[in-house]
Amino acid sequence: MSSTPRTPPSPETGIERRYGPYGGRYVPETLIPALDELEQAWTVLRTDAVFQAELQQLSHDYAGRPTPLYLARRISEQVGRQVYLKREDLLHSGAHKINNALGQCLIARHMGKQRVIAETGAGQHGVATATAAALLNLDCTVYMGTEDMRRQGPNVQRMRLLGATVAPVESGRRTLKEATSEAIRAWVAEVADTHYVLGTAGGPAPYPALVRDLQRVIGDEAREQVLAAAGRLPDRVVACVGGGSNAIGLFAGFLDDPSVGLLGVEAGGHGLDSGEHGAVLTTGLPGGILHGAMSPVMQDENGQILEAHSVSAGLDYPGVGPQHAWLRDSGRATYVAVEDDDAVRAFRELSRLEGIIPALESSHALHHVLHVPAPEVDVEVVCLSGRGDKDLAHALEQLERLEGDQALAVTPRHPRGGARQAAPADPDAAGTSDAAEAQ
Amino acid sequence: MSTSDRSTAAGTLRGGAGEERIAAAFADAAGSAALMPYLMGGYPDVETSRRLARAYVDGGADLVELGVPYSDPLADGPVIHAAGTAALDAGVTVDDVLRIGERLAVDVPVALMVYANLVMRPGFERFVGRLRDAGLSGLIVPDLPIGEESAEVVAACDAAGIAFVPLIAPTTSDERAAEVAAEARGFLYAVSVTGTTGERSALAEQFSDVVARAKAHATVPVGLGFGIATGEHAAQAAAAGADGVIVGSRLVRAAGEPDPVAAVAAVMADLSAGLGR
Repeated sequence: MSSTPRTPPSPETGIERRYGPYGGRYVPETLIPALDELEQAWTVLRTDAVFQAELQQLSHDYAGRPTPLYLARRISEQVGRQVYLKREDLLHSGAHKINNALGQCLIARHMGKQRVIAETGAGQHGVATATAAALLNLDCTVYMGTEDMRRQGPNVQRMRLLGATVAPVESGRRTLKEATSEAIRAWVAEVADTHYVLGTAGGPAPYPALVRDLQRVIGDEAREQVLAAAGRLPDRVVACVGGGSNAIGLFAGFLDDPSVGLLGVEAGGHGLDSGEHGAVLTTGLPGGILHGAMSPVMQDENGQILEAHSVSAGLDYPGVGPQHAWLRDSGRATYVAVEDDDAVRAFRELSRLEGIIPALESSHALHHVLHVPAPEVDVEVVCLSGRGDKDLAHALEQLERLEGDQALAVTPRHPRGGARQAAPADPDAAGTSDAAEAQ
Repeated sequence: MSTSDRSTAAGTLRGGAGEERIAAAFADAAGSAALMPYLMGGYPDVETSRRLARAYVDGGADLVELGVPYSDPLADGPVIHAAGTAALDAGVTVDDVLRIGERLAVDVPVALMVYANLVMRPGFERFVGRLRDAGLSGLIVPDLPIGEESAEVVAACDAAGIAFVPLIAPTTSDERAAEVAAEARGFLYAVSVTGTTGERSALAEQFSDVVARAKAHATVPVGLGFGIATGEHAAQAAAAGADGVIVGSRLVRAAGEPDPVAAVAAVMADLSAGLGR
């Protein structure tokens, strides 16, 4: 939509409503006052010392911030450069999602709302919101597609255990896109006493700015930590991008450092040519409207929204946050895609190289770092957005599909029997799917 | 834009020929208010949808609100959502719906109700041009609120002689209500409930507030919709001062019954009776 006006940050508040042509508030009129109210609240609270102190204390004492920045020794050795992992997987509830959920539930309380609703795909944002709602004594309903409920049973149980109601969504493919639409519809009906805790850096303004502000602690901490550890800024920072909240949080800390490259890794699914992926930025899609924002979106020639595909539920989304779209267009950030099979192998590879089981989402970023040469990079920071326990069954199933009973075959790290004998090649070392399958 | 800028004399309306035709439909409506049924274009199939359009006209429709099936209808409740999904599954396209509208527009003014991405995809000027070419009179975009999001679409509608019809909700502030009403061409769509489309049981106590606030700011007729399902509701809406009564989910539900034409005709008869016809 090149003809859409490019408006500066909203002059009344300083919270952007647009990023270049992207963003805006494409929602039913009923919600406009609630978005205005939220924008006003955040305008005050983002610089309010009492609120910020409360959020910081909860982040520290309850969620486990700051998270470590870990120099991944064996990865670094393998790729020949310093790779630091930002360990958001160590946060309470297992992913960066808690940063946003805690902040928004705290905002809800400050706005006098006693109910929150949320959408969830894999369940990470739903669990994070249910967690924060329990902590802050709020009623909580999480909208979740029934297909995702089937695939993510343990997270459904976690949410219920935490005192949240899980509302099944039966429309469409019964996944994240439909859950988000249903949460917005529910909000239309319940807007008077309910805050919608949107989980990604998308949706109508002010959500993209709000979620970025709440997630930028990832980038701010990482910047300070890498300066202390490496004595310099990284050459690039890398994160996976579905809606893009962990990536925008990491990028935000380095936006003003022109020497630091920003690299987002999208879901390549079954391959960009297959049409079954979630790589809206990599494939250069133009803007469309989904869930209240103008941003690149997968759609047919008439404008009907299409379903995305990714092995990881968190990246299985046909849209992306509007600030990412603008970072792409302006050239500040670069976006690439990693396919399902490569991400699944990276899931195993990190587990075996570093003793860290990563989320399948983060595994996309890890594959790129591990297997795409980057001669211009000496130091980099990769966001490990979440831990992989939730993905265990699904990822192992995928590995078995690829490699049969060799999927978890163990290669001795230190072959026994005196003289060093040639060990079979590590199945992950070859990199891309094609090469690995050829073994 | 202040309301004093506009003239109500035919030929100078900002919404052009489309607005003139809508204004005439309100002026000529029989009974206590205009009857404005919603048709989900292409549901349950294109041919039946054409017959239902005919039943609307025969049943006394003054204006038809023609819905376009969409994959992610954020303002719609389960009945219209499911009908849209069924139409999409059957392969119904925007062009199919516009052809239904073209035929319908011979008899009554037609306002297209369509989600913003379908308008943006071909480019809003081109999209609005297709409405004009099909003889449609108005455009309602439930996820395009008045403000910078809507400015260019409103301008394109004005240039093409299509009336842009904005919505006002129970949550809309007085200050914003004035802004929204000032942008209304043809009529102002007042949403009767805080929620999505769908039938409700008790409504009347909310009607008067919503209608009164809409009428306080509007210089065009006010159509009341969302949740109105029966002749009794229609009578209450008219009594509350609504110039037109919009009925959606109840009729879409009827369209899904075994004999949809008869079911729709029965609902139209009930609504007409409620409006004192």
